[in-house]
Amino acid sequence: MKAAVLVFPGSNCDRDLAVAFRNAGADVTMVWHKDSRLPAGTDVVAIPGGFSFGDYLRCGAIAARSPITGSVVDHARRGGYVLGICNGFQVLTETGLLPGALMRNAGLKFLCKSVEMVVGTTASAFTAGYGKGQRVSIPIAHHDGNYVADDRLLARLRDEDRVAFRYVDNPNGSAGDIAGVLSENRRVLGMMPHPERAAEPAHGGTDGAALFRALTGALTPA
Amino acid sequence: MKARVHVMLKDGVLDPQGEAVRHALGALGFDGVGGVRQGKVIDLEIAATDAAAAEAEVRAMCEKLLANTVIERYDIEIG
Repeated sequence: MKAAVLVFPGSNCDRDLAVAFRNAGADVTMVWHKDSRLPAGTDVVAIPGGFSFGDYLRCGAIAARSPITGSVVDHARRGGYVLGICNGFQVLTETGLLPGALMRNAGLKFLCKSVEMVVGTTASAFTAGYGKGQRVSIPIAHHDGNYVADDRLLARLRDEDRVAFRYVDNPNGSAGDIAGVLSENRRVLGMMPHPERAAEPAHGGTDGAALFRALTGALTPA
Repeated sequence: MKARVHVMLKDGVLDPQGEAVRHALGALGFDGVGGVRQGKVIDLEIAATDAAAAEAEVRAMCEKLLANTVIERYDIEIG
């Protein structure tokens, strides 16, 4: 399975994300934001956390209009897999590949701690390694993770079983306690918590590793 | 030609920063503040010389980048 990890000026979780994918068995290529094409045969594009372009204008807004991001949108429209974590989730909402938007945390503070989440659905290549309703503990580190969705969108996400993860104790004001959301075709996942920071015992937790294992396993020919 | 874009959160979208400013104003003794909404002002210097063309161009900029129309609305002033 081939993963492409995007790197923007200000990305800071790109190498952790690459390590998590490699440990799960993926071939990883780092892709600079000025490249206009993804490496041939890319199965999954991973958009890392950080502060792309210094969060200028809005978090993820400039990255969402970078040369490489046009290729990511084409990849997703062809049915390719995309994983956006933290700033990557913000980028995905800014491109329109995922619905809703991410605003300043309701409590206005930057939050950096492990949070409990419930796995909302196992019906995706990202979450198939968990049990439905399973509790997982994964760190968050964000200032703008307050997921905004109107009642119609919330109802739609619920009816289509697209909420991948929900906070147990909502830390940032997110609508519907949503921590991670899937696209309509279930191949694009955006989430604020950082599974790559809970992927090996030295991290203090390994609840994120199942995501990378399941995704890598699902996309590797038997 | 100069253009000015005002970007504000849409009505109904909670503005945590505006709320914090409102609380701070209350703490300073300004009791009559019922609500605060915080937005952005973006000034542009553009090559277009015709007001209608300039407005159309700035509108396209707003739709593509300057505003996130999921949560924000914008107003354009030309000239």
